[in-house]
Amino acid sequence: MLNYIVSRVIQGALVIFLISVATFIIMRMMPGDPVRMLLGEGSIQITEAQIDAIKAKWGLDRPYHEQYLIWAGSMLRGEFGESLIRRGVTVRDMLAEAMPVTAYLNLMAIGVALLLALPAGILAAVRRNSIFDYLLTLGSTAGAALPNFWVGLVAIIVFALWLRWVPPFGLKSWDGYILPVAVLALGEMAIFARVMRGATIEVLSQDYVRTATAKGLAPRVVVLRHAVRNALLPVVTVIGFRIAFLFSGTIIVENIFAIPGIGRLFIDSVFRIDYQVVQSIVVLLAVLVVIANLITDLVYALVDPRLRTVGR
Amino acid sequence: MTAARLETPVTAPPARATQNRSEWMQAWRRFRANRAALVGLLFILVVCVAALLAQVIIPYDPTFSYPGMRGTGPSPAHPLGFDHIGRDLLARVVYGARVALLVGLGATVISVALGVLIGAISGYFGGWVDTILSRIVDTLMAFPLLALLIVLAAVLGPSLSTTILVIGATTWARFARVVRADVMALSKSDFVIAARASGVADFRIIFRHILPNVLGPVIVIATLGVGSIIILESSLSFLGLGIQPPTASWGGTLADGRSLIRQFPHITFFPGMMIFFTVLAFNLLGDGLRDALDPRQRA
Repeated sequence: MLNYIVSRVIQGALVIFLISVATFIIMRMMPGDPVRMLLGEGSIQITEAQIDAIKAKWGLDRPYHEQYLIWAGSMLRGEFGESLIRRGVTVRDMLAEAMPVTAYLNLMAIGVALLLALPAGILAAVRRNSIFDYLLTLGSTAGAALPNFWVGLVAIIVFALWLRWVPPFGLKSWDGYILPVAVLALGEMAIFARVMRGATIEVLSQDYVRTATAKGLAPRVVVLRHAVRNALLPVVTVIGFRIAFLFSGTIIVENIFAIPGIGRLFIDSVFRIDYQVVQSIVVLLAVLVVIANLITDLVYALVDPRLRTVGR
Repeated sequence: MTAARLETPVTAPPARATQNRSEWMQAWRRFRANRAALVGLLFILVVCVAALLAQVIIPYDPTFSYPGMRGTGPSPAHPLGFDHIGRDLLARVVYGARVALLVGLGATVISVALGVLIGAISGYFGGWVDTILSRIVDTLMAFPLLALLIVLAAVLGPSLSTTILVIGATTWARFARVVRADVMALSKSDFVIAARASGVADFRIIFRHILPNVLGPVIVIATLGVGSIIILESSLSFLGLGIQPPTASWGGTLADGRSLIRQFPHITFFPGMMIFFTVLAFNLLGDGLRDALDPRQRA
């Protein structure tokens, strides 16, 4: 088991290193020069010597491998370097500002999605081929095909502009969270419900469930104690797997609802050619994804006793 | 009576090596019984025809601004109304289908080609080649795709060809994973060992003997993937990093509608609806193909 964990950690570190190098190379290939971008085309009279001086100050004149090492070093120290565009602001401060917003948004969305989707999936599996099951399958098929930016825009039109129940943009009050969380949760709900339904149906046909029923346990106890606990396993995997997808949704949702989180910072930084911020966010995401996958695997081993014994 | 008995699908024997004509006929019979998949296929065909014949069926230019029609709502001559600078929305939605299908199918072709090739090499040769390729696949599968696409589109300069290229270059990991596993299993089977023993070259074994057997799952994943590629393309265009104006795309039209959402909410409605129905159609078709081509996987 320990060997397994160590090898997974090393693999994860390798993936993060590869992503950081790839990102660094891609960012340097970007057309446009952040120094000129910052000064504005032609608005300020500036000599080549002054541009070179600014580049030297930011270390942009050094060879690429040195630039990478400087950046990697600052990341390992947890500093992430300084923003090229917002002068004097460290990337760490920008991330620290944006991260809690995004984390809160996503945790709420996952929470809401699980709270609604898991019971719905279980119920549909127990009452297989009922009207409820049929509607849930229909709903999750449709939900998986809905583009989240369109759902967000239509939600703004209906609930914010027509009905005036919630504000259309921003997070100034608590009700500003309702639409973005709902839009993020909708897509996840479709997937969680479908996986939970499938897993429960499969577990319900297992021998140990039949044994539990045969020894006279109430159907309710059989389902909740024996079936659901084991059916949660694939759901755990899917949640771990969805972390990466969730961030794609966050980019869109934060953009539509003008939420100052990581997704919005990412897009803004791409358009401003702010190397430091973009590459830091990409690597941060890689770290998050690797950790999430690691935790998923460990939880998997912990939840399923059969896997644990094999692991030993 | 006998005719009815003949119609009932017979479970195919697990003869994967010889996927003969009758097996495809059985698949077609299973597919035909799935009404949702047929509806999906029909919808896709209608969208394809509309996209191909856009000039014939739509009497308006999608990039022409009608003076004085800014944001005007639907009317009999212009059933979807006009956008924020007076362009006909129906024309923009129909021409947008061209972009969606072009990217959806073009990127899928690139993605399948890359994924099948890499998966086959990885699974057939194994060893350190497999280790390295598998790590790349893991990384691509784990990474937030939209973030990667945004950076790549910004670096290469957003355009139609960039969009097709970057989506194709980043979505092949699923094909590689499936093909790798199947090729790995098949390369230990008797017919491959026999081919190798009789001196057939490696690449001929891969392409002529192994790959035809993994066609089914690849077709299924590719069909299901077209939908998510269309969503990726419209997300990119929506963010301004995909298809560039004035070319009509569904995501771009949604972005137009978004900037004036208070004044002209009707602009956002139809492009999004088309994305939804098209993606749904591809998903239904993919589900139907999975049930037809790969009965073992049926949920």
